[in-house]
Amino acid sequence: MKKVPYRNLISKVLGVSLIGLMLISNSLVAQDAAEVTTGQGDPAKGRQLFNQDCAACHSLTRKMTGPPLAGVGEKYERDWLYKWIRNSSALINSGDPDAIKIYNEYNQAMMTPFPMYSDQDIDDILAYTDAPPAEPKAAAGGAAAPAASGGAGSGISNELVLGALIAILGLLIIMLLLVNTTLRRIAEASGVSLEKEKEEKGMPIWKAFAKNQFLVLVFTIFMLLTGAYFAYGWMMQVGVDKGYAPIQPIHYSHKIHAGDNEIECKYCHSSARVSKNAGIPSLNLCMNCHENINEYTGRPEGPSQEDLAMGYTNEFYTGEIKKLYKAVGWDEDERRYTGETQPVEWVRVHNLPDFAYFNHSQHVSVAGIECQTCHGPVEEMEIMEQYAPLTMGWCIDCHRQTDVKVEGNAYYEKIHAELSEKYGVEKLTAAQMGGLECAKCHY
Amino acid sequence: MSSNKKYWKSEAELNPNDSIVESLRQNEFVQEIPVDEFLGDKDTLASTSTNRRDFLKYVGFSTAAASLAACEGPVIKSIPYVVKPDNIIPGVANYYATTIADGYDFASVLVKTREGRPIKIENNVDAKVGGSANARVHASVLTMYDSTRLQGPYFNGEPVEWSSVDAAVKSKLNSLKGTSKKIALLTQTYASPSTDRLIAEFKEAYGNVDHVTYDAISEDAALTAFEAKYGERALADYDFEKAELIVSFAADFLGDWQGGGYDSGYSKGRIPKNGKMSRHVQFEANMSLSGANADKRVPLTPAQQKVALAYFYGKLSGSSVRAGNLPESAKAALDSVAAQVLKNKENAVVVSGIDDVNAQAVVLEINEFLGSKAFDATAPKYVRQGNKAALKSLLADMKAGRVGALLMDGVNPAYTLPNAAEFVEALQGVDLTLAFSQNMTDTTEAVQYVGASNHYLESWGDAQFKKGYYSLMQPTIKQLFDTRQFQTALLKWMDKEESYYDYIRQTWNQGVLNGGDWNQALHDGVYAIENAASVEGVATDTSVEAVSISSALASLSAATAEGMELVLYPKTGMGDGQQAGNPWLQEFPDPLTRVSWDNYVTVSKADAAELGLVNDHSSDGGLNGSYVTLTVDGVDLHNVPVIIQPGQAPGSVGLAFGYGKEVGMKSEMQTGVNAYRLYKDLNATQNVSLEKTSGKHQFACVQLHRTLMGRGDIIKETTLEIFNTKDVKEWNAGPVVSLDHKEVPATSVDLWDSFDRSIGHHFNLSIDLNACTGCGACVIACHAENNVPVVGKSEVRKSRDMHWLRIDRYYSSEETFADDIAKKEGFSGLFGDNGSLGGFGQLEDPAANPQVVFQPVMCQHCNHAPCETVCPVAATSHGRQGQNQMAYNRCVGTRYCANNCPYKVRRFNWFLYSDNDEFDYHMNNDLGKMVINPDVTVRSRGVMEKCSMCIQKTQKTILDAKRDGRTVKDGEFQTACSSACSNGAMVFGDVNDKESEVAQLKESDRMYHLLEYIGTRPNVFYHVKVRNTEEA
Repeated sequence: MKKVPYRNLISKVLGVSLIGLMLISNSLVAQDAAEVTTGQGDPAKGRQLFNQDCAACHSLTRKMTGPPLAGVGEKYERDWLYKWIRNSSALINSGDPDAIKIYNEYNQAMMTPFPMYSDQDIDDILAYTDAPPAEPKAAAGGAAAPAASGGAGSGISNELVLGALIAILGLLIIMLLLVNTTLRRIAEASGVSLEKEKEEKGMPIWKAFAKNQFLVLVFTIFMLLTGAYFAYGWMMQVGVDKGYAPIQPIHYSHKIHAGDNEIECKYCHSSARVSKNAGIPSLNLCMNCHENINEYTGRPEGPSQEDLAMGYTNEFYTGEIKKLYKAVGWDEDERRYTGETQPVEWVRVHNLPDFAYFNHSQHVSVAGIECQTCHGPVEEMEIMEQYAPLTMGWCIDCHRQTDVKVEGNAYYEKIHAELSEKYGVEKLTAAQMGGLECAKCHY
Repeated sequence: MSSNKKYWKSEAELNPNDSIVESLRQNEFVQEIPVDEFLGDKDTLASTSTNRRDFLKYVGFSTAAASLAACEGPVIKSIPYVVKPDNIIPGVANYYATTIADGYDFASVLVKTREGRPIKIENNVDAKVGGSANARVHASVLTMYDSTRLQGPYFNGEPVEWSSVDAAVKSKLNSLKGTSKKIALLTQTYASPSTDRLIAEFKEAYGNVDHVTYDAISEDAALTAFEAKYGERALADYDFEKAELIVSFAADFLGDWQGGGYDSGYSKGRIPKNGKMSRHVQFEANMSLSGANADKRVPLTPAQQKVALAYFYGKLSGSSVRAGNLPESAKAALDSVAAQVLKNKENAVVVSGIDDVNAQAVVLEINEFLGSKAFDATAPKYVRQGNKAALKSLLADMKAGRVGALLMDGVNPAYTLPNAAEFVEALQGVDLTLAFSQNMTDTTEAVQYVGASNHYLESWGDAQFKKGYYSLMQPTIKQLFDTRQFQTALLKWMDKEESYYDYIRQTWNQGVLNGGDWNQALHDGVYAIENAASVEGVATDTSVEAVSISSALASLSAATAEGMELVLYPKTGMGDGQQAGNPWLQEFPDPLTRVSWDNYVTVSKADAAELGLVNDHSSDGGLNGSYVTLTVDGVDLHNVPVIIQPGQAPGSVGLAFGYGKEVGMKSEMQTGVNAYRLYKDLNATQNVSLEKTSGKHQFACVQLHRTLMGRGDIIKETTLEIFNTKDVKEWNAGPVVSLDHKEVPATSVDLWDSFDRSIGHHFNLSIDLNACTGCGACVIACHAENNVPVVGKSEVRKSRDMHWLRIDRYYSSEETFADDIAKKEGFSGLFGDNGSLGGFGQLEDPAANPQVVFQPVMCQHCNHAPCETVCPVAATSHGRQGQNQMAYNRCVGTRYCANNCPYKVRRFNWFLYSDNDEFDYHMNNDLGKMVINPDVTVRSRGVMEKCSMCIQKTQKTILDAKRDGRTVKDGEFQTACSSACSNGAMVFGDVNDKESEVAQLKESDRMYHLLEYIGTRPNVFYHVKVRNTEEA
């Protein structure tokens, strides 16, 4: 199930350039749609405030912890809204029917009061929510279709180019043959005997070669050694799955989570601190954030061309979030768990054999090694892949080069002092500490 | 002076003419490997259809196929929790305190769980009573994962729903209300306050309910004697740590006598401290664990024991009781012991396992008279409550049609009753019969409704082992199948809404906790009430007449037996046979006979000679034995194999309970014969007649395997007197060699450059031969911790057993050292009357009553390991921390290491034991695999394996310390065996930590290494066995 995204370099280059071309034209169109203002407020400022204070609980179009805010300025009196936003609980206590209705509709969750907002601030926000400026989202959506067709197109052109090349090659061969026969005829016509010349040259080279035993011996040894070299090289990569990037049941992007949103690795892989397993996070952990993040809105600058080429549009990601909801049994509209779960069968990327013992907490908590040291730039990986070869040689190299982190660890005090004196070094490597012994990892 | 006794492992070794013994000593394989037979026969070779070219083709194809297959790795799926429970972190073990109370074994234990699966049982060190798990308790975790377990309720052999069982039972019970027919509960001993309350309420709810408690192996005599004297149906408790003199009349208190659990106290008193240790005298028929550990053991038949007890009582009280036909030597021994007891008075204790009310009453009287400190009748034990008389009357009622419903739990009378056929027939007269059971059994076959029962690790429960000492049972895993515990069913049938958990909490809040904290009690697993004696006893509704001592004595001293006497006993590994389907226990070699996968009749050498019974060894080292037919009162037991047991009292034979089960068992587990059939009137001693029958039984015995090539000084032993008075050089002399014409310690000469081990940890394991009782808990703990495979009877017979840890048992001659030495030194030349060739055989026959030593042997983790130097691929190497490391993935299976190991502790994987249906034990099915420890590799075929000194545990301890940024405290380092050993015989730790217990033990005078003169410098050391032979 290995996924090898770019088998063919040419198709990649062609595809990317095609998509690139189309994107440029699309984004040009999109930019014209911006900068439309309504009402007294300034939607640009409003957007800033909205993202800063409101977006945690409100979306424009969807129910979240609080109601969707698109068009809210037209739905209620402006004064009522001022009161509500600055102190909703006072409004509810005063017995305002609208306020109580909303309060009950949203599970009696009290809205955070914003007494510091001026009327202008609120107007700005409402200006934004009533007529949010178009985001580059439209452009991204539009790009999806051509990107897909662009991908297909590149495949066709690829074949065409190859076909043409083969045709040219065939033509060249035919031409060469023709020239050859023509020359031969000319030679025959002019009475030159080609066969004679050949015979005078003596033995063919391969026969001469075969007769020279020394050369044959050297050649054989050379070939055997070369063969052995390549055979060894080939065999050593058997079972080494560096670059293994399987397709997962849910397209989970480490790039978005760890890269764009800078979520700490160990927020999700918390057991790496205390256990031998880093652990695949349970789905309830995902829901800590995804209870409210129900759609992917992308980066401010919009999806990159590369993403689009792969089909990673906002809709695509939002679709993946829906897969999570289905797995964890979350009813988005009712905002509750249905209890019907479908555990996700992830494909394990890093597989150690049973006879090798590896403990994450030793490396993460005790040695303080960054996750990236072994797992590579995960925050840039759209699809998680195996970065390190995970071979024993790779482990050992690191153990030989890495100093033991002894600072502030009472466990190491005595043993480090004694051992470093014995070996006459300032700092001990993991290997000197005993990290190369067989049964430290094999038991 | 170290003993120069001749040690021998089997009485066959004493036979100088036995060629097998000699060849076993000299060769690894007794038989020539039949290469010639195979290759020499031209015809066979020629007639094979596979010619050379075909062979090469196959080789070529399979190599190519294998390498192609290796290119593509398998896709491994990983499924995380949808909602992760807070307390489960994948990869980190959780421990829960719980309690086993299966009617036979009662213990407070800790259960290690990984990702929600219980994988190992540990001792609960917080428990003051019953905190030490025996071999069966350690193995009980595997019983839960038995693939033959019942997965739901049955009605007349067809699976049904619980709801239909409930409906049927309830309507029947209600219809019986107010009628003359009664409802009977036939159950195991629960010793549970909540279950007692529940049954009382059940009685109230339905009226006319009869509750009969039934122990498969009855302690009725002791219970009745205690009840007669103290008014409560319970068992006196003994603390052997407080006893300086222990006199036992056939009480195997290191085994399962009166519920067992006495060995840790006993062992503490056996370690010589300040020149003192307890003295233990044992009078018994079968060679038991207690007899094997005794300082003086006197073999007596059961009838003689009774006379001896009466005589002994007479000696103590100064009255004259006739000694009857007691042998003179026994009389002398009794005289001497009686004098000692009178001298020691309150520091002495007398116990008896004689299955006779009179004997038990006399013993209680003696301890009262002595004022024995070790004897406790004020806070007695409740772990046996079976009542013979009640059972008898129930059977009579059933036959007479007076029982309307019979509900059974935790018992299997159709197998364990001697009159099982009668019981099964009587079941027909009962309108509703129901049995709760974990497996199909003889009983479940005979009843209408079968309730699939929980394993204790899936159940809630509580227990009161001893008055005032409570413990709690909590589930450590959700029920694996559609099962239910009996108590839950009772609650349902009483139309109670509450769960049994709520019910237990109620009981505890009302009667047990007295302001104590429930959560704390649940966490600890145990709860003790300070003033235990003040606690109200368990009510009994029977009344027993007081036993008059004078008439008891008269009856005892008049005891005689006609012909042979049979003593039925529970085996260390099998107990009452509840867990007969447990492969770990089946493969567990009996501590004394070293036979696994069997029970057998033990016969003394004299009787065997008379009856023409033999034990011999086949050429591959396997043990064979004659068959006999045992007849007790017209009941025959055919084809019972014979073991000639040194120390068996002539005129008596022994047979173990728990074997011969067939219903609901895998075919591999159907071993041995059912001794319960001879358990007439639930009395452990019977008059029996033996008749030799034809044929030979093939035992799976690890007895003659791995002979130590004739090298002595394996066991060092001395007496307390010598230990106290003589210089250490005399009783624990290290080997010496001549260097520059001077005698120097052999260990000071070395071909090797020693590695500096003074830095970091240096692990050592200390084994005290005085404290080791041979109970075998460590063997099973090692099995569980290290995923040691079970190989089965035929493989064990081929000496391919996989135990990483074995407990060697050596018999010795009881003769004085002086006599032995005089005899040995008198040898001149090889032949003739004083020839050494025949001389050892001519030593007085030690088989009559040998002394016994147990010696646990595992990899000795030699600092200069012979195995390491011969490995061609460096698969075994040494770690700085002292562990001899075995890298399985590197091993190519040459077995050089095993050949070069002087201790013979390496084990070779002849087959792939996991995922192999040829080995249908537990590793070939998904359920059985759940017990596998994920931190230890499951070894494959063709690799060598051995004790790793639990490196996974030491590494974990180190990692925990590193993570917390602290040093490791003494006692934190443990191996599976050392933590399983509640006797204190095994102590593990870091000898570089000079304050640690193990470092101090290493400095002890008693310390010695196994085969020290080879210079292997082991990291396992032993303590010289000291026997207290001081007569009064």
